[in-house]
Amino acid sequence: MSDGSTTNVLIVGVGGQGILLASEVLSKAALLAGFDVKKSEVHGMSQRGGEVNSHVRFGHKVFSPLIPTGQAHFLVAMEKLEALRWSFYLAPAGIMIVNDFRLDPASVASGKTTYPEDAIQRLARSYNRRLVVIDGPEKSVQAGDLRTMNTVVLGALSRFVDLPEEYWLEGLKEHVRKDLIEVNRRAFDLGRQAVLYKPSD
Amino acid sequence: MATLPQKELISGRKVLLSGNEAVAQAAWEAGVCLASGYPGTPSTEILETLASYPEVHSEWAPNEKVALETAAGASLAGMRTLVTMKHVGLNVAADPLMTLAYTGVRGGLVIVTADDPGMHSSQNEQDNRNYARFAKIPMFEPADSREATEYLKEAYALSERYGLPVLFRMTTRICHSKSVCFTGERVDMVQTGYRKDFLKNVMVPANAILMRARLEEKIQELTEEVESSRFNRTEQNGALGVITAGNVYNYVRETLPEASVLKLGLTFPLPRRKIAAFASSVDRVFVVEELDPFLETEIRAMGVALGDFSPPRSRVGELSPEKVSLLFSKNPAASTQSKEAGPAEIAKAVPRPPVLCAGCPHRGVFMVLKKMRLVVTGDIGCYTLSALPPLESMDTCLCMGASVGMAYGLERGLGPESKKRVVAVIGDSTFLHSGITSLLNIVYNGGHTVTVVLDNRTTAMTGHNDHPGSGRTLMGEEAPSVGYEALVRALGVKFVATVDPYDVGRLRNTIQKALDFNGPAVVIASRACCLLPEVRRQKTPKVNLDQEACTACGACLRIGCPAITLDGESGKPRINLAFCTGCGLCTTVCACGALSL
Repeated sequence: MSDGSTTNVLIVGVGGQGILLASEVLSKAALLAGFDVKKSEVHGMSQRGGEVNSHVRFGHKVFSPLIPTGQAHFLVAMEKLEALRWSFYLAPAGIMIVNDFRLDPASVASGKTTYPEDAIQRLARSYNRRLVVIDGPEKSVQAGDLRTMNTVVLGALSRFVDLPEEYWLEGLKEHVRKDLIEVNRRAFDLGRQAVLYKPSD
Repeated sequence: MATLPQKELISGRKVLLSGNEAVAQAAWEAGVCLASGYPGTPSTEILETLASYPEVHSEWAPNEKVALETAAGASLAGMRTLVTMKHVGLNVAADPLMTLAYTGVRGGLVIVTADDPGMHSSQNEQDNRNYARFAKIPMFEPADSREATEYLKEAYALSERYGLPVLFRMTTRICHSKSVCFTGERVDMVQTGYRKDFLKNVMVPANAILMRARLEEKIQELTEEVESSRFNRTEQNGALGVITAGNVYNYVRETLPEASVLKLGLTFPLPRRKIAAFASSVDRVFVVEELDPFLETEIRAMGVALGDFSPPRSRVGELSPEKVSLLFSKNPAASTQSKEAGPAEIAKAVPRPPVLCAGCPHRGVFMVLKKMRLVVTGDIGCYTLSALPPLESMDTCLCMGASVGMAYGLERGLGPESKKRVVAVIGDSTFLHSGITSLLNIVYNGGHTVTVVLDNRTTAMTGHNDHPGSGRTLMGEEAPSVGYEALVRALGVKFVATVDPYDVGRLRNTIQKALDFNGPAVVIASRACCLLPEVRRQKTPKVNLDQEACTACGACLRIGCPAITLDGESGKPRINLAFCTGCGLCTTVCACGALSL
């Protein structure tokens, strides 16, 4: 379906995790690099603790704002269960970046369902060396604010997506509150350093 | 994957805008001076964005009908105006719309309808393209943000050329997708002032008969113009032809790069000759569209032989690149075969539906209503979520304002046995939108319905938008705030009480008194939404859990608070202090006293 010249990044997680901010920063970086960019998400009901996903596509000419299933070159999950949920979007050679963080849905709290404790193991079995797990909770606290977890994961993503680092940082500057730029900058760096090997190595 | 392009000069005017931001930017550039609407996903951000342009007077109206009538008035003065709403909002504004097409407009008037195929945040997926044909007004359909900026400016020019209101149809994937746009300068329009025109503006039958005929003439003239419009463009390519419009065009180009495409930007009225010429230039021609067969029906009626999809295209839900690809697949059955069970299958068993926020004042009301085992007619807003587990304490949700009328009707339908059983629940913004007249009806016709107004001082669901009860305007100015008690009393309601929904004991007593009262009663559950900045700034003590005292009864887990999770091993709750707002509602259901503030 794709003409092969478009990069598809699907960012998923739970409402309130900064999914939209992360996709804004990525889109800005791609725009600065001179690409045509499209980004799509749904607002509304999803913001009340529901699942959230944001499609980012860039290339020479992008038509569909939505990534076709099975064609995401990168699946970035801010939460483990959401990584499982959206895994069918990953392209055959795509890379999955997962934040090692758990948020229980309401049905788990009320005992109606159980959280898949072995989410990471399951993903590892299916995706093997294409899976990159990031300890977002630890790295963000290390950066100075748990709320920068999305930036940590974005930093990790920046190691794989072929866009100059300065454009990512410019995107961060544009979309993060002024007094939080420094802590986000640290979080971004910690995310970059957290990638110990690249699946393509 | 994309490789880095040659570095090009990046102009300061090249920006990524959502469809909604693009409409706001283009409205400003087109010289719009007044914009009005009612918030509704996916349209809300248009006016939110426009409010930051000081040259445009932007405002939230109590409902869509008021918004359109305001714009119609401003247009009489020669002003360019914008009206925005979600698809179902146009039903509310349909009354002025149908006759505004007769009277016509002076200053350009564009109505944005933001449709929601797939019902991401809506109660239905009506296809508002039908309104263009129904009201006989021209319609534009952009495919992305960039087209939205171009089309909107032309929409104003066309609106003034023909003296007609124009429908500008967007869909969720255009409103909430960003694409590259180029911004321009504002054109200041010269206002022409008011001119009395009895024949044109007073729709008494004698005049309406004449204007009705004039409307047909305008559409005839327009049918000629659209033949040469650059907004209907042909992309000649292979022998397979596709006629399409809106965002679906992107899916067609993505999945059928070899096809010839007739991309319609002006979809009412349609260019007959252009369509016929396109059809004869290709071997086979198909229409690909979302929801109703709007284009297909019109084009078949022109006598153009269209290809049939097998199986036929579903009229339900939104399209996607995959679905468009499937329409043209030689063997659709093979493509729809289920993918091998992967990790996604496991996650399906653990859904993550949206929930009421931690600290949501609505939660107190629905905890009480559930305990009282009442039949609850509900309405549109965040509180609709209380119909879902674990609260499950709302019985109906039809449309904006329906709760009050339905509660009264249900009472009439059930007869005397309904007394003390039915309660209507309606949010503050929804009550002001279209609940007041239903309450008046109850008073007038001798009902005894209890109405609970959930006053959280904002239109929360759509992103915390101001309304006539919030004390602020869209542009951030202080405004008078409606007094609900006085308003309701003036309608003739004799029992009116305001209660804090965090005080569940008092709330329950008050609702009981309201049910016992002989006559219509209104209870106002009043507390600001916990997400409002002024509420978030308040430092409150968090809930404390005494592990020893906890008996793992699970009562606190059944109020659906996202700050309370289940500890799988102990079966006891865990309080997520990052989410807890200290509302204390969980402490009211804790029989063993383990939870305290």
